[in-house]
Amino acid sequence: MALPDDINVIDVDILVIGGGTAGPLAAITAKEKDPDAKVMLLEKANVKRSGAISMGMDGLNNAVVPGHSTPEDYVKEITTANDGIVLQDGVLAYAERSYSMIQKLDSWGVYFQKDETGEFDMKKVHHLGTYVLPMPEGHNIKKILYRRLRRHRVIIENRLQAIRLLKDKEGAVSGCIALSTREATITVIRAKAVIMCTGAAGRIGLPASGYLFGTYENPSNCGDGHSMAYHAGAELSGLECYQINPLLKDYNGPACAYVTGPLGGYTANAKGDRFIECDYWSGAMMQEFYNELQGGNGPVFLKLDHLAEETIQEIEHVLHTNERPSRGRFHDGRGTDYRSSMVEMHISEIGFCAGHSASGVWINEKGETTLPGLYGAGDMASIPHSYMLGAFVYGDICGENASEYVRDRDLSELDEDYILSERDRILAPLKQTDGIPPSQFEYKLRRLVNDYLQPPKVTKKMDIGLARILAMENDIPLLYARDAHELLRANEALHILDCAKMAAVASMYRQESRWGLYHNYVDFPQTNDSEWFCHVQLFKDNNGQMTCSKKPVKPYVVELDEHEKSAYQKMRVQQTN
Amino acid sequence: MPIASQATIVPVVIDDDKCIAEKGCRTCIDVCPLDVLWINEETGKAHMKYDECWYCMPCEADCPTDAVTVNIPYLLS
Repeated sequence: MALPDDINVIDVDILVIGGGTAGPLAAITAKEKDPDAKVMLLEKANVKRSGAISMGMDGLNNAVVPGHSTPEDYVKEITTANDGIVLQDGVLAYAERSYSMIQKLDSWGVYFQKDETGEFDMKKVHHLGTYVLPMPEGHNIKKILYRRLRRHRVIIENRLQAIRLLKDKEGAVSGCIALSTREATITVIRAKAVIMCTGAAGRIGLPASGYLFGTYENPSNCGDGHSMAYHAGAELSGLECYQINPLLKDYNGPACAYVTGPLGGYTANAKGDRFIECDYWSGAMMQEFYNELQGGNGPVFLKLDHLAEETIQEIEHVLHTNERPSRGRFHDGRGTDYRSSMVEMHISEIGFCAGHSASGVWINEKGETTLPGLYGAGDMASIPHSYMLGAFVYGDICGENASEYVRDRDLSELDEDYILSERDRILAPLKQTDGIPPSQFEYKLRRLVNDYLQPPKVTKKMDIGLARILAMENDIPLLYARDAHELLRANEALHILDCAKMAAVASMYRQESRWGLYHNYVDFPQTNDSEWFCHVQLFKDNNGQMTCSKKPVKPYVVELDEHEKSAYQKMRVQQTN
Repeated sequence: MPIASQATIVPVVIDDDKCIAEKGCRTCIDVCPLDVLWINEETGKAHMKYDECWYCMPCEADCPTDAVTVNIPYLLS
C-alpha cells in the first residue's frame, strides 16, 4: 500500500519542530556536528519572526557568568525558587554551558551590555545571586539566528503546523504529520530523530481582556508540543505548577519590574508602597501579588514616577524597543507617562511554560524525553526557569545528542493506516458545511479554564471544570472551518483542549499546596514534603486514559543549607514600625 | 447550525497607496506569527483578514515602504 498523492512525504535525518528560540540552536548544532546530515527546521509561522522572541529580547535572566556566580550557586537558586522539586542534573547541565553559550552568541554578533572595563554588565535581580545581563540591542536576535541557519544550510519549512508524532514498530519516534496552514494539505516528515521546541502552552486560559489573542505568550505557542508528546506516549511533568505572571493590565505584556529594578523601579500597591522583597518571578512572589490585588491595598502598580528623567528615558528605550515594542503605543493611547503616574498591573492567564515556572514535557540533562528518538528543549520542556538562554543551551544539547543518536539509524517504515486516519481527522472541519467556528469553541474552552482551573484551586470547582471540558469533546465532530486558516485554528483548539485537561488532572493529583500561587490548593493548604516531595508525571496509560504518577526527585548534586532553602518563602516586606 | 457574520475592527492598518503587494511584496504576510495578513483579492493589497493579533509588530517593522501601522486591539486599548 502506498500513500495517496494528496500526502506529501519528505525524508530527513533530524527534524526540529519549532523555529523560535531553542529550535534554531538545535538545528544549527546538529549541522555543526554533521554538515552532511539533512536537518529540517519546521515552523508553524515563519522562522524569521516566530516564537516568544519574534521581536527580540531585552536581556538574559539567567546568565551564569564567572566572577558573578558559579553553576552551583545557580543550581541552588533555582532549586529553592522551585520549592525543591527539580532535576538538579538538568539545571546544572544548563548552568555549566550558560557562559559558553553567551560567548557563542557574542561571537555571532548578539550585543550584551558591557561596563567601562569591557566586562559583562551584570545586574542583581534574583533573591540570592546575580544573573541578569541586559541586551539593549536585543531586537536583532532573530535576524542573527536566521543568518546562522542559512549559513549552515538548514532546510527551513515555514507555515507547517506539526500535529501528531509518528512512531516505528519499536516505539521510537520517527517523524511527524503536519498541516499546511495556507493550503490545508497534509505533509508527512520522516526522520531518524525529532527535537521538539514548540514553546509554551500559552493559550489555555483567557486573558482578563477577553481578547483571545491578547495572551502573555505569543499565541502561536498554544501547546502543540505538549499535545503531540502526550498522544505519542511521552511523560509530561509539573503541569500543576502553572505559569502565572505579573503583567501590565490589559496590554498583558511583562511589566518588567525586574528590568527596572536595578534602575530603581519596583512593584507597588495603590499607596505606592513596596510590598514584595524581590521582583524575580516565582510562585511565592505571585501569591503576594495576588493577595495585594485582592486585598484592600490593590490594585498593583509598576512604580517609576520617582525616578530621574534620564533613567526613565533609559527604561523607555529598553522596554519600548525590544521584547514587546507596542508597549509605548499602549501607554500613549491612554496618556500614561512613567514620569507622572504609576502603571496598573494585573496577573496573567494560566499557562505551561518551563521558561518561567517548571511545567512541560519531561526531559533529562541530555534533552531526552521518555520516548526514544524524541528530544525537547525550551519553554515546552521541563527544565525549570530556563528563559531564553536555557532554550538556547538545551537546543544546543539536543542538537548534539540527536546527532549522535541518528548516526547508525535508518528511516523507519511509515504506518499508512495511522497516517490516513489522522489525515481524515485533521481535515474533518473543512468537510462540514456548517457547525461550530473554532473561535467560539476556543473561547468557551478557555473561559471554562478561567472559571474552574485558575488558582486558588478547589477540588469541587476543578471537578466541574474537567467535566465541562470533557463534555466539549462531544463538540469536536461539529467543528467547522471555512478555509485553511480556520482549519489551523481548529487543530490548535484541540491541542488547547488536551492542555486544559492536563491542567485539571495534574492539579487534582497533587494533594498539597506548593509554589505559592502556582499550585495554591485550597483543600490542601499546606506543603506536605513527606508525601509530595516528588515530580508529578502525566501520561496516557494503556487504556488511553490521562493518568498521573509520582516520580522521586533525584538525589541532589548540590546541597542547600537552611538559609538557602527558605530564601523564596519570605517574599512579603516585613513591617518595621 | 447556521453561521452569522459579525463586524470587528482590526488593529493592523495598511496604507494602500504605500503598499507594493502588486509588485510581489509579501513581507508583512510572511513575517506575521499568527498568519492573519493576507492579500485582499479585490484590491491586490495586503490586509488583516482575521482579528487575531498579538500586536507584536514585525509586519510594521519589516515593511519596506512604511505602509503598515499596528494599533492596540480595541478590547485592550
